[in-house]
Amino acid sequence: MSARLRWRKFVSAFMLSMTGVCAVVAVCVLFFILGYLVYHGGTSISWNFFTRLPAPVGEPGGGMANAIVGSAKLLFLATLIGVPVGFFGAIYLAEFSGTATAFIVRYAADLLNGVPSIVIGIFAYSLAVLPFKHFSTFAGGFALGLMMIPITLRSTEEFLRSVPISLREGAMALGAGKWKTIATVIVPSAYRGILTTILLAFARVAGETAPLLFTALGNRFWSPGWSQPTASLPVAIYNYAISPYEDWHRQAWAAGLVLLALILIINIVARGILARSVSVSRS
Amino acid sequence: MATTTTIVPSGGPVAGSRSFLSRLRDGDEIARLITFLFAASVVLITALLVYELWQGSALPRHQFGLNFFRTSVWDPVFDQFGALPFIYGTLVTSAVALLIAVPLGIGAAIFLAELAPLRLSDTLEFFIDLLAAVPSVIYGLLGIFIVVPLMRNGIQPQLKQYLGFLPLFKGPAYGLGFLTAGVVLAIMIIPYIISVSREILLSVPRDQREAALALGSTRWESTWKVVVPFARTGIIGSVFLALARALGETMAVTMVIGNTPVISPSLLSPGDSIASVIASQFKEATGELYTQSLIELGLVLFLLTFILNGLARLMIVITSQRGSGTGLA
Repeated sequence: MSARLRWRKFVSAFMLSMTGVCAVVAVCVLFFILGYLVYHGGTSISWNFFTRLPAPVGEPGGGMANAIVGSAKLLFLATLIGVPVGFFGAIYLAEFSGTATAFIVRYAADLLNGVPSIVIGIFAYSLAVLPFKHFSTFAGGFALGLMMIPITLRSTEEFLRSVPISLREGAMALGAGKWKTIATVIVPSAYRGILTTILLAFARVAGETAPLLFTALGNRFWSPGWSQPTASLPVAIYNYAISPYEDWHRQAWAAGLVLLALILIINIVARGILARSVSVSRS
Repeated sequence: MATTTTIVPSGGPVAGSRSFLSRLRDGDEIARLITFLFAASVVLITALLVYELWQGSALPRHQFGLNFFRTSVWDPVFDQFGALPFIYGTLVTSAVALLIAVPLGIGAAIFLAELAPLRLSDTLEFFIDLLAAVPSVIYGLLGIFIVVPLMRNGIQPQLKQYLGFLPLFKGPAYGLGFLTAGVVLAIMIIPYIISVSREILLSVPRDQREAALALGSTRWESTWKVVVPFARTGIIGSVFLALARALGETMAVTMVIGNTPVISPSLLSPGDSIASVIASQFKEATGELYTQSLIELGLVLFLLTFILNGLARLMIVITSQRGSGTGLA
């Protein structure tokens, strides 16, 4: 083996192992984040965290019950806005629309998807806060719902399109109208994909903080109804983490653990649903 | 959508041959109308967003004109608003992030696409997808409590000691600042670079690799001199996509950048970025001009990400078409 060839083989082995190192480093970050959050969050979390209101500074034993309920309300509103628009819009794109219309809608959705979340916050502020002159749960839910629309729309469309043409033809040959075909054949056969899409979109907006800062604002107390400012987990994490108090930092860790656990579990479940549908259709 | 010649949706012969009334009875026309309204609302919302940003920033656009981008004084008390420090901060933090994330991300993508067995590659990709799902406020939390102390006590004193002669590493080590924000951003965008680049690399036709290997190149040479150049446009696209994310990233940056509108050549200095100034000041902004100046910053951010996203998509599409066009078929 010549010296040059030996050198080339050495370079090859070295560089390839470096790429392996890169991959290991990237994946280790996840375990580091998880480990650190579980450690710090786990030691700070308690039953009170889920049942109590925030305590005043210096008093131990407060919780974030209002932020948990607030997040649930915001996400409920977001789903109510984001899922129907995304879902029916996707049906239009996949089943009814002509090429030109579809291009415009898809372009708009991609544009909306790329808008930084803080800009969505400004938009929701000027549409849902300014006219009513006060911050509200509704405005926060609206902002999150806007973010869900393009995610739901684009991947639901993909899943609808991947339904085999033979299924459509079968339904139409049996005399079903177009709407009947969609409602009884196409959507049911793509439902796992659609469910995954909705879950992923939900998980994505569950952690969004920036759009809530000046729409849902935050609240130290319970927020009755839909028209008052409300606390939410992500905003609470932000406010508590930048505060100078040790107690609050611990609460932020606990809230971080709860939020991340929720998001990762939804992600894993969603991917599980999709993986099962793939293996079923393969067999 | 339909590539075959069979009778399928989209107003084909079936739809046309029946009378309007019978279609109405089946609900087809109603369904079409309802779903159309939803699809149209997406376009409407996007148009309204652009309109609101434009309309909402009319005051500073008329008052300052282009000076908004040239001056660096941000003084709400005297109604002086110059965006330069924030634009500077956004660009510097994103540049630091790319400098770290691009080599690491592309290296990892090469490993996943070229070396790792498919099963391992898919498993690691699963973890990397989870990493991409971690919300930015969590990165901010870890940034404040891990990266900032680490920077203040460990890395920044070292940098000052050995590279302190460079203007890049002058001044006190606060921990908060451009460098820290860049590092946190890098951690956040690496998953995006890996995911997209891996897809692109996997779409490079197999014969490209085989030809290089048959000519006697080593595994690395075939990867670096044949596969990566083939996928270059797409990889650059993935970097642009990540850059667009980094520019618009709000929470994590706001929590570690120091929130001080200064332009300093030193990476150790605290600063501010477009997204983080909106996040930290919008709520408290009093007076039309102040609020509208922040909205104009939002408009700038929107335009930046809009252009980058567009370019990125174009590049990714071009590469994957090249891959399938000359593939094994």
